[in-house]
Amino acid sequence: MTILEQQPRETNPAAGDESRPIGFGRLQRKEDPRFVRGKGRYLDDIVLPGMLHGAILRSPVAHARIVSIDTTEALAHPKVLAVITGKDLEGLNLAWAPTLSYDVQAVLATDKVRFQGQEVAFVVAEDRYAARDALELIDVDYDVLQPVVDVRKALDADAPVIRDDLENKSDNHIFDWEAGDAAETDAIFAEAEVVVSEEVVYPRVHPAPMETCGAIADYDQIDGKLTLYETTQAPHAHRTLFALVAGLPEHKIRVISPDIGGGFGNKVGIYPGYILAVVGSIVTGKPVKWVEDRSENLMSTSFARDYIMKADVAATREGKILAVRTHVIADHGAFNASANPTKYPAGFFHIFTGSYDLAAAYCKVTGVYTNKAPGGVAYACSFRVTEAVYLIERMVDVLAAKLQLDPAQLRLKNFIRPEQFPYANKTGWEYDSGEYEKTFRLALGKAGYDELRREQAEKRARGELMGIGISFFTETVGAGPRRHMDILGLGMADGAEVRVHPTGKAVVRLSVQTQGQGHETTFAQIVAEEIGIPPEDIEVVHGDTDNTPFGLGTYGSRSTPVSGGAVALATRKVREKAKHIAAAMLEVRPEDLEWEKGRWFVAGDPTQGKTMAEIAMGAHGTVELPEGIDGNLDAEVTYNPPNLTFPYGAYICVVDVDPGTGHVKVRRFIAVDDCGTRINPMIIEGQVHGGLTDGVGMALMEFIGFDESGNCLGGSFMDYLIPTAMEVPDWETDFTVTPSPHHPIGAKGIGESATVGSPPAVVNAVVDALAPYGVTHLDMPCTPDRVWAAMQGRATPPI
Amino acid sequence: MQITLTVNGTEVTAECEPRTLLVHFVRDTLKLTGTHWGCDTSNCGTCVLLMDGEPVKSCTVLAAMAAGREIKTVEGLAQNGTLDPVQQGFMAEHGLQCGFCTPGMMMTARALLDRNPDPDETEIRTAISGQICRCTGYSTIVRSVQWAAKNQEGASA
Repeated sequence: MTILEQQPRETNPAAGDESRPIGFGRLQRKEDPRFVRGKGRYLDDIVLPGMLHGAILRSPVAHARIVSIDTTEALAHPKVLAVITGKDLEGLNLAWAPTLSYDVQAVLATDKVRFQGQEVAFVVAEDRYAARDALELIDVDYDVLQPVVDVRKALDADAPVIRDDLENKSDNHIFDWEAGDAAETDAIFAEAEVVVSEEVVYPRVHPAPMETCGAIADYDQIDGKLTLYETTQAPHAHRTLFALVAGLPEHKIRVISPDIGGGFGNKVGIYPGYILAVVGSIVTGKPVKWVEDRSENLMSTSFARDYIMKADVAATREGKILAVRTHVIADHGAFNASANPTKYPAGFFHIFTGSYDLAAAYCKVTGVYTNKAPGGVAYACSFRVTEAVYLIERMVDVLAAKLQLDPAQLRLKNFIRPEQFPYANKTGWEYDSGEYEKTFRLALGKAGYDELRREQAEKRARGELMGIGISFFTETVGAGPRRHMDILGLGMADGAEVRVHPTGKAVVRLSVQTQGQGHETTFAQIVAEEIGIPPEDIEVVHGDTDNTPFGLGTYGSRSTPVSGGAVALATRKVREKAKHIAAAMLEVRPEDLEWEKGRWFVAGDPTQGKTMAEIAMGAHGTVELPEGIDGNLDAEVTYNPPNLTFPYGAYICVVDVDPGTGHVKVRRFIAVDDCGTRINPMIIEGQVHGGLTDGVGMALMEFIGFDESGNCLGGSFMDYLIPTAMEVPDWETDFTVTPSPHHPIGAKGIGESATVGSPPAVVNAVVDALAPYGVTHLDMPCTPDRVWAAMQGRATPPI
Repeated sequence: MQITLTVNGTEVTAECEPRTLLVHFVRDTLKLTGTHWGCDTSNCGTCVLLMDGEPVKSCTVLAAMAAGREIKTVEGLAQNGTLDPVQQGFMAEHGLQCGFCTPGMMMTARALLDRNPDPDETEIRTAISGQICRCTGYSTIVRSVQWAAKNQEGASA
């Protein structure tokens, strides 16, 4: 059933017109008219009067002591206005900045460089070419040190200590974090009929949005106000952090996040370049723009994953999964700048129990420093749910191979059943709702699973390599209840403000910020659904801290689960207030009124009623308002979600592998998603398509590797390969709807489901294709050379 | 140096350095910011515009090389306030999300339809294969171009 069919048509006159739903339904995006005209306003499109350009000199080596920096020649360049080094920042107490994980990160290196691409000096010049020219004129003398590249050796006793800036630091250990019950889990393993073990690597990848990161700082020296344009997914969090870090008063900071050319978690943190633009503006008294190039983006900004996961699964001979345990080595790079909720240094990895009803589970994650760029939580990962889903879905297939069971049958034996929801898993989550088997069977049917297996058997008999891969994932998104979840002490709630103008048009102001997800449309549709004002009559305002309520921003699929809740509840407040005003206008009691979308009317006499537009004019007009009702039709809510939401889905991938070259062709991909209530099916489908492409990219192509000297081997789009239209199939999507019982509109979020869910489907398909060669596991990326090696019995981890 | 070229039907004369890339000339000098920049290696295609009717990556063309040529950017797609069918198709079929690759994709689509009014899926995918979209997964871009092919005539804003 489509969402349109769910809406009673008699109360929604536009529901039959697919192009103009008043509320939920397929609706063309409100933001598109400017984008298709080339009139989007991205950061680098903004030009302020007198604006200067900054460029960053970066370290060519992974680990070295800085002996000296000579900026004389650069300063002599006729177009250069300033050259800033770490020494200059030390004088301002800005050489180091706090990260999102209670570590510090060098803004400009003072003592050592700790990864290739680290920021060393900042040039401010009249134009972007001159700024780049001047970088060539800076002379840095490095005393090169042994780098720590292999994360498996980072904790060895003789490993060089990367973070000797930290007091008493004598190793590269960051944290150990556990979830679940180790003793209970080990007891089950001791008795288990079947145990399978595998080392599963999720290599380092990068979100690589098409627009790189950048900032324009405009510091007004007269009134002391800093206007900071940034490519940021979290403008309010940035404003507060700038106040805390730079000591600027918060009311004198305005963060503006313009149109964002993709984020995927890459634009959550505060990068040194942003801080340097601010320093540059304060120093020169003029606006300073800094925009990184692609290599800077890939080599220095937040990467994703880099988890080495050793896992065991205990099961019965019949295929009932009993317990899972894993120990992870997490490579966090040179600074722990991972963007996690404070209490969760490994993010939400502890949802690695997946969609299955287990008797016990345990994980331990060990975070370590290496001489690589910092980051870890990014690329639509839902705070490490990506790694968790990959682990469990890969291991279920490893178990299926061991038991010689069909991987679909094995999953069906182990799903959490509908009557078990809300389901408390063994690592502390309470899953809100799900009908896993229904969704899974829809996917199997859509794929023609049995027929595919028959085709595969025929092809195998002919020596052709065809693989069918399954992934069934459960996410935990929409962080989160603020008593459990905060970032640097800021609770993970979000605000929304709805105002209905006197003529019945409305504005909704959000704390979250779109990077292409279509917030201007989706949030207008939520307001429309609740009070019947058409989406085209609703303005969505976001990305400007001076004009929106506080909240933590868009990442971890938070926007709909958290801000969507805020908007729905704020709009319901408006609707309730409208009831009292309508009652005053109609001279009846509020309890005598009934609601239909867009209108309060007298119960039993539908001709006596007031539309929202009439009520809005009444609210702002001369109607005698009841006591306690002030003269507007506005409301504001900060929504603190009671729990996270748990979107899920069933994915099936069909691949053909060329036995002569190891090349993998994704022939079909079937994705059935359940994100609860669906607001705009067109936008949801788009989110799924994009994530599936990410998944194919990670499974087959994308990889940030390093050589033994710590040189980044994925530092450009020549080396970091992203799928084009030729590498992906025409996506086959479908859906089920299992609303979240605790969410105001039942929506669960969809932004990251496909990125999280699809990599194991692709890898499982590749491994399935290679079964005739005895392959039971292969790590990403499944490039032709790595697939070929696996066929020769020489599969190796990528790191 | 001074160069003269035709941009979206209008002759333009402007100063540039010999090394100035066409993408920077178009964006910074002509203030036509619909053409984007996204990589250092001519892989991403967000800078695609039409030079004498052919899609080129304007990060790989010097502004000086465009002298005497006819340049068309996304700002020149709509005619007399009427959107090109390609622009309408991208809106109708959700061919864009963040919008950053969109101008380049649309310019390539326009050039494709000019030489092949009824391309099949493979021809569309091949045409855009030198460009990267990080949001859409390409299916909706294919549908957008197909929409434009079906609605070449009589489209209106």
